[in-house]
Amino acid sequence: MRGRTSRKTIFAFIGPSVIALALIGIAPLIYAAWTSLHFFNLTRMRQFRFVGLDNYQTVLTDGAFWQAMGRTFFLLGTSLPLQLALGLGIALVLHQPGLTLVKTLCRLSLVLPMATTYAVVGLLGQVMFNQRFGVVNQLMGGANINWIGDPTNAFVMIIFWDVWQWTPFVALVLLAGLTMVPGEVEEAARLETKNWWTILRYVQLPFLVPGLVAVLILRTADTLKLFDMVFTLTRGGPGASTEFISLMIQRVGFRAFDQGLASAQAIILLAITIVLARIYIRVFYKEV
Amino acid sequence: MTRTQRSYAIQLLLLAAIIVICVFPFYWMVTTSLKTQVVALQAPPAWIFEPTLQNYREALFEDGVGRSLINSLIIAVSTTALALVLGVPAAFALARFEFRGKRDLWFWFITNRMVSPIVLALPFFLIARNLDLLDRHITLVLIYLTFNLPIVIWIVTDQIRGIPYELDEAARMEGASQFTIMTRICLPLAMPGVAVSAIFSFIFSWNELMFGLILTRSEARTAPAMAVSFMEGYNLPYGKIMATSTLIVIPVLIFALLASKQLVRGLTMGAVK
Repeated sequence: MRGRTSRKTIFAFIGPSVIALALIGIAPLIYAAWTSLHFFNLTRMRQFRFVGLDNYQTVLTDGAFWQAMGRTFFLLGTSLPLQLALGLGIALVLHQPGLTLVKTLCRLSLVLPMATTYAVVGLLGQVMFNQRFGVVNQLMGGANINWIGDPTNAFVMIIFWDVWQWTPFVALVLLAGLTMVPGEVEEAARLETKNWWTILRYVQLPFLVPGLVAVLILRTADTLKLFDMVFTLTRGGPGASTEFISLMIQRVGFRAFDQGLASAQAIILLAITIVLARIYIRVFYKEV
Repeated sequence: MTRTQRSYAIQLLLLAAIIVICVFPFYWMVTTSLKTQVVALQAPPAWIFEPTLQNYREALFEDGVGRSLINSLIIAVSTTALALVLGVPAAFALARFEFRGKRDLWFWFITNRMVSPIVLALPFFLIARNLDLLDRHITLVLIYLTFNLPIVIWIVTDQIRGIPYELDEAARMEGASQFTIMTRICLPLAMPGVAVSAIFSFIFSWNELMFGLILTRSEARTAPAMAVSFMEGYNLPYGKIMATSTLIVIPVLIFALLASKQLVRGLTMGAVK
């Protein structure tokens, strides 16, 4: 029978993990909460003092913070639909019968972008989108577009790389869903109608839902976390045009050295993340 | 051409386009890494040129990229080993024991995957600074556990759940302890899951940039942080940057291809079979 195990045994198995995660995952958060209540600037340590909720007030009324937050969700709102549309298209092509060898090759190439080091994606962006000797302008027929130095173009470039790196992920998740559709059901449906949209909507979609929800959760989390690729590619610039939330907190904490304010921003980001994660997990991992 | 032939032709064209788009950046990375600075700065860029290995030689032996690759390797391997040692017993407990708070514990492990690393980077930096732990391998090994431990626990729990419980019971009849059951019965059968979670843990740690940037300076500098440090000043050494990038990316691509079947399952934390 299960459930007869003594508490001591259970603790021996699970205790080390819990203690480790508490020490490295929770203790620092408590320290961050403490920091956020102080004026704590690394270059002006003599002025260190308790300021109560001042930092929070500053953040909550700071237009730049909410702009960075808005920019982050704007990126999610533009790149995720593109990833879903392109990913679904790729999944449907790969799901067609025939051409097995090419399809295997295609599936393997899809694995490459999502395993690529984010920082390397950013460096590749620097090289390929360079205005003078970049291959992107060359392939666009010798265009002379300033990608990195122009606010709008820089944002478009970030969307491009996000879509390049994560569309394959969406495609493979949706492909996994498509293969879950029982063969007989799909064949029966194909005898009824030639319309691929009808089949997608009424036969395949129910099998795609778990994957779609997973994609929604993970892309939201990853966009809030997005740092490495953008930092290497644009450092949040030009101006603040590609400064997403994680980049902003990093700048305030490590380039303006205002650890107190950055910690308050981080705690607010954490609160937003936890609320989103709770909502998503409640909807999604309900069977656990 | 018949209808099916035409549909095959269109498919083939689409598939070829997908492959080219996925692979082209890597092609460009490798070819740029073989260019001299003069060729790399040609406008418009050259497609045909005389390749040289000079960038690799300089990066590896003069600029300390070799050292940073070794640092990355030490850190990624140690954190993976630690995540397995801590995570496998926890996964066994979650899969086999019933106890109060199990559900909450599970949520907590998973929520860890969602938290932005910058939230932890701020306090971790201050703590490491106070404890004199900046620029040490151990600091990154520990902080990478925040994402490696949840992924190991998740994947291995899932795998152990798939092992028939009767095997455990039979072993207990023979007088085996829980520890023996885990190491002798469940672990060998859960090996595929353990291997996949190890690959994931390695890839995530190897790819990580922000903590490496903030918590190391020179002694423990990781490879991605090293590559980024070339990006300062004017007249960027593009060939060398791409050579370093190639060296960083090759191991993860190999691992990713090895685990390609399980990659999606792992990235969605098992949400997609």
